[in-house]
Amino acid sequence: MNRQDQKPLRPELAVELAGMRLRNPVMPASGTFGYGEEYTSFLDLEKIGAIVTKGLSLMPKAGNPTPRIAETTSGMLNAIGLQNVGIEAFAAHKVPFFRQLNTPVIANFFGNTLEEYGEVAQRLNDIPEVAAAELNISCPNVKQGGIVFGTDPQAAAEVVTLVRKAFKRPLIVKLTPNVTDITVVARAVEEAGADVICCINTLTGMSIDIRSRKPRIANRTGGLSGPAIRTVAVRMVHQVVQSVKLPVIGVGGIMEAADALEFLIAGATAVQVGTANFIDPACMLKIVEGIEQFCIEERIADIRQLIGSLQV
Amino acid sequence: MRDYKTIVLTNDEISPGYYRMRVLAPEIGAAARPGQFVMLRVQANLPPLLRRPFGIFRTGFLPADCDGLPLKEYLELVYKVVGSGTEMMRQLKPGSRVEMMAPLGSSFDLGDPAADKILVGGGIGLVPLFKLAEELVKQGKVRLLMGGRTRDDILAVTEFERLGVETYVSTDDGSLGEEGFVTQVLERKLDKYPAAEVFACGPMPMLEAVEKICTARQTPLQVSLEALMACGVGACLGCVVKGQGHSDAAPRYLCTCKEGPVFRAQELEWQLLDKVESGCEGCK
Repeated sequence: MNRQDQKPLRPELAVELAGMRLRNPVMPASGTFGYGEEYTSFLDLEKIGAIVTKGLSLMPKAGNPTPRIAETTSGMLNAIGLQNVGIEAFAAHKVPFFRQLNTPVIANFFGNTLEEYGEVAQRLNDIPEVAAAELNISCPNVKQGGIVFGTDPQAAAEVVTLVRKAFKRPLIVKLTPNVTDITVVARAVEEAGADVICCINTLTGMSIDIRSRKPRIANRTGGLSGPAIRTVAVRMVHQVVQSVKLPVIGVGGIMEAADALEFLIAGATAVQVGTANFIDPACMLKIVEGIEQFCIEERIADIRQLIGSLQV
Repeated sequence: MRDYKTIVLTNDEISPGYYRMRVLAPEIGAAARPGQFVMLRVQANLPPLLRRPFGIFRTGFLPADCDGLPLKEYLELVYKVVGSGTEMMRQLKPGSRVEMMAPLGSSFDLGDPAADKILVGGGIGLVPLFKLAEELVKQGKVRLLMGGRTRDDILAVTEFERLGVETYVSTDDGSLGEEGFVTQVLERKLDKYPAAEVFACGPMPMLEAVEKICTARQTPLQVSLEALMACGVGACLGCVVKGQGHSDAAPRYLCTCKEGPVFRAQELEWQLLDKVESGCEGCK
């Protein structure tokens, strides 16, 4: 049989994150995919690696005044302010949808105080449909919680230690890029017991309407996402991979398969797709297909051969 | 709702700065209800990054071909060129590819079939009222009060008239129809037809004035709002408005894209609505 007749073998795309098996390394970034249900008309949720929910808090949260979003050059600013239904409404109204779904659900969560982080983690631990938790210590748009914990290595370690005690399944910690050296925080959360590091959250930015001379979003500053931040994200993923032993989820400006592959080659075990979901609601499927096609072309039998294969 | 990968059929200027784009959209007629919108992407590469929301003006069928194939369905958008995204749209030629999530959002309730209907459109806010008028004329008397800054902002009035809608035009500068705001025409009409129901779309100051008039008279009012949107499906929470009973302690936000764009006036907390120019280009 000559080569043309051989059907290319389907490359293995499954990856493992702290014992959690994902059918492929592609999942949405928190806050860009609602609770998953919103996108069922556009894509099969059983073809992506995992679902990541909007950030959850102990009590429902109102979020910021509007305007909350603004498009910028190759990106967007947002300051939603972590509006969410709260953990109890999540458990009552959103979780039943996950039961029938054969895709792991990762619940992103945050607290206003250290105690609240612990309480939400405890509550999530009691919901078996939640396969893993993603601890948000990196939201740039709220006064309390979020980034306050993510920019100080000691505060970050403290919150991770507390949450670690309450949540027994894989614990992902999402880091902010708004620090001088992300590896310091990465090492601190590793030592405190995190299972996986996710980076990066949005970069703090600002945009001004020159006619009204007002900030284009009501919160004045917002988090920059989209292709504009991708090179920063790849650099930070590379740095974090070099400095910790934990698996890393890479996120920041992924629009297509080639972008996702950059993160994987840099050493990310999985990737999150954020802003691109708004532009093309089926983009994650295209990214999965593109990764598969790349593996076939490059004769890579297993995606894990690609992860961290950076040549320097 | 689905994500159409489709083509532009026609794209013509209908008034200075205003364009009408017809897009091939199979099966849209049965799916789209009056007041719904689309999220349109004009080219596969950047910029612009995000899709833009546009109100559906109407849906219809192309004349039959001789090929015996099923009739082709289209959807029409009417938009105003105000920024780089709509400037790019303006330049699209028949055959250009576009992507379009449609139909999205809530729709107008047709109200009491026995009641007269008054539609209030401000400039590009006229867009979602046409498909509504098509439905309302089947059940009774419909009047359109169309307002704009100048005569250039008065759109598609003859098309409403062809449906049998009685139309009244007003402009701020008096260059077409009555000089003044559309709201003064509304008060006069409500004096004359106190049992009428009102449907409005236009700039926020106009909607606020319409709401005050209707609430004072206990006239049923539905409004279609505009907002900046990123996702269009209720996921990003970028386009929220404050719902009735909203407070910081007990937030009640509604997504313009999902719970809206059409709201009954009493669903919204009018005192707390943000007084911002949405800066959007189509209607929603």
